[in-house]
Amino acid sequence: MSIIKAKDVTFEYIRRDEEGNVEGITTAVDKVSLDIKQGDFIAILGHNGSGKSTLAKHMNAILYPTEGTLWVDGKDTKDEKELWNIRQSAGMVFQNPDNQIIGQVVEEDVGFGPENMGIPTKEIWERVTESLKAVDMYEYRKHSPNKLSGGQKQRVSIAGVLAMHPKCIILDEPTAMLDPDGRKDVIRAARALNDVEKVTIILITHYMEETIYADRIFVMEEGSVVMEGTPREIFSRVEELKKRRLDVPQVTLLAHELKKRGMDLPDGILTKEELIEALGL
Amino acid sequence: MTLIVDHVNYIYDPDSPLAHKALDDICLTIPDGQFIGIIGHTGSGKSTLVQHLNGLVTATEGHIYFDGEDIYDKDFDKKKLRSQVGLVFQYPEHQLFEIDVFSDVCFGPKNLGLERKEVELRSYEALRQVGFPDELFYQSPFDLSGGQKRRVAIAGVLAMKPKVLILDEPTAGLDPQGREEILGLIKRLQKETGITIILVSHSMEDVAEYVERIIVMNKGKVMYDDVPKEVFKHHKELEEVGLAAPQVTYIMEALREKGLAVSKEATTVEEATEEILRAFASK
Amino acid sequence: MLRDITIGQYYQTESVIHKLDPRVKIGGTLIYIISLFLFENVWGYLLAALFLGLVIKLSHVPFRFMVRGMRAILFLLLLTLVFNLFLTPGEALITFWKLKITKEGIIMAVRMALRLSFLIIGSSIMTLTTTPNNLTDGMEKMMGPLKIFKVPVHEVAMMMSIALRFIPILMEETDKIMKAQIARGADFESGGLIKRAKSLVPLLVPLFISAFRRANDLAMAMEARCYRGGEGRTKMKPLVYKRRDYLSYLVIVGYLAGKIVLGIYL
Repeated sequence: MSIIKAKDVTFEYIRRDEEGNVEGITTAVDKVSLDIKQGDFIAILGHNGSGKSTLAKHMNAILYPTEGTLWVDGKDTKDEKELWNIRQSAGMVFQNPDNQIIGQVVEEDVGFGPENMGIPTKEIWERVTESLKAVDMYEYRKHSPNKLSGGQKQRVSIAGVLAMHPKCIILDEPTAMLDPDGRKDVIRAARALNDVEKVTIILITHYMEETIYADRIFVMEEGSVVMEGTPREIFSRVEELKKRRLDVPQVTLLAHELKKRGMDLPDGILTKEELIEALGL
Repeated sequence: MTLIVDHVNYIYDPDSPLAHKALDDICLTIPDGQFIGIIGHTGSGKSTLVQHLNGLVTATEGHIYFDGEDIYDKDFDKKKLRSQVGLVFQYPEHQLFEIDVFSDVCFGPKNLGLERKEVELRSYEALRQVGFPDELFYQSPFDLSGGQKRRVAIAGVLAMKPKVLILDEPTAGLDPQGREEILGLIKRLQKETGITIILVSHSMEDVAEYVERIIVMNKGKVMYDDVPKEVFKHHKELEEVGLAAPQVTYIMEALREKGLAVSKEATTVEEATEEILRAFASK
Repeated sequence: MLRDITIGQYYQTESVIHKLDPRVKIGGTLIYIISLFLFENVWGYLLAALFLGLVIKLSHVPFRFMVRGMRAILFLLLLTLVFNLFLTPGEALITFWKLKITKEGIIMAVRMALRLSFLIIGSSIMTLTTTPNNLTDGMEKMMGPLKIFKVPVHEVAMMMSIALRFIPILMEETDKIMKAQIARGADFESGGLIKRAKSLVPLLVPLFISAFRRANDLAMAMEARCYRGGEGRTKMKPLVYKRRDYLSYLVIVGYLAGKIVLGIYL
């Protein structure tokens, strides 16, 4: 079953100068086609300005393709009647943790989505409780979001989306503003949701090491998908990744260097355990 | 222009329920021309510490000496200190405000009361130093990319001709390419001008390749203060306080456990490659 | 300095007052304020003080904390005091230069000072014991009937609660921007009025830009979570009156009656 399907999705916008005259047209997403299966963990990787966030915003019907079509759970995002169903089945977590928390108490924020959907009070509480437990933030339910760390805030945001019972969660650079600890916690929470709750996860990021557990990776550059495959397939192409100035994990890089210097190692080593095994130790 | 931090304590928000010791008996000497990394977890006191160095925050107890003078002396010129010890904050969005890049960079030297010609000369030089393209000088700073904004922010402080340049998480929010470019730029600045640089970061991998000395902060205290290789030897302790040594350190450690005779010294991929090849050759 | 303002702040603790329905607290505060301007005599003030004291005691908020918030408006208080003291016509007690202090002036000044202090402490108890969200919920519910006249009650309440959520974030941001500009040699403290106003530009521009960006992001995040106005929305924490709320209404009405009786018969 495919949850998100894009066919030749193109997004163009007109740049204007201060007087409002047309300066030119920018193509942020250029003929992207992809098919994401229900229950997958997908990573979309790319630099700032590669079009990855623009593409993500299409999946939640915040933006609409200027050409091509995007379906969420079989529904065309251009179909206005389905707008709220689409936003409910494909939830979105954004980059800046401060700018997406609406509630002044953690639990109230998590309840915001279900409230909008018109869920009965009793069920809202059940959903809030289970969502906060799923991201390991239940003990903070009475706290003010302002007193939480960045990683904790992002996990609250994930819970807020989870409480809407989506089929798919799109995380748009959720870790870009976090410290290493916060980053680990957020990625761990996303992986757990995928493993336990079988929610489809689409992780948009520019950190390579966050993508090694994904089922599939799409690498974007200048609006197009330029590489696609499993992490092992992607990380086997070290020279190409370096050329695209993406961060290759140090283990992969080390294995690659050793291989270049004549050692007999396979391509695409992702963890230190794999390296040790490959070295025959 | 040595900076000496002498038994500095700082209590955050005293007599409130939030009161806590943000800095706890800090002693440091920062000589001329060093390239230093200050590493710590969020809330470790690293940002508070650097804000003491240019007098933005005043210590609850202790002294700070700049060039032999106590900066807490009544007749000490704080404004001069701020121009000599330049501090670039984490987000350039917090300081850019002028209609174009060039005027924004002029803000700092203008505040020093310099002549207009001198102000413009310095600003031009600073923008050149950070490798900012000439054709963007009269762009609005708000339309620039994240990396370019960061360059303008750094130029804005460099234009005051500081002797010490402090950068608080200069790579936060940048992608790997932007990160590499900014770090490369800082390294080049240090080499070319001989300016003292203090780089505040929470990422060991960011600083490992660049700095000559690492100060690790934890809970308001200096935990380690040494050359990178020595600091990384404590990777277990670093992990306990939420920091990590570069990934290579862990790989080498794991290899040693499996009986491969590699040394503890390697912290970069290049060093590790050589070290593993050497160990296998002598096996 | 900004931290000293406790008016409008919430003080987290457990108490009966904290648990009351926000509508009771809003209604109670309004009645209390009105009562301060009704029938003034010594007994009336005593009753008002007694009632206030009782509520403070019940609220478990340290009195010291409330008084700290008063510091911010001390100037206003002194100003009214001085104006009343010198400018009330009547029997002069002390005269120097062109100013005279009259007996009526003293009485008026004391009255005004008491009223103002009671008013401020009274309304700060409401904000200290009610979370801002609860407060807006209460107002939304109380103003509900206005919807008939096409007043966007829900939208106004939502705007208020979002504003309250972002005030601490923007305060912190102001502090950061200020530091960043001081590090570039900006001077926010010296100079005349015009110079000072001008020196605010490097502070206000980044602050406004950031606020607009935040507003934009927030609107997008709210839409992504299916927000489409008050229509068809359910409540996670609907307001329901409990026994203690009805009892409190009784106490408030009792207080008002007492005030009226004292005013008429003493």
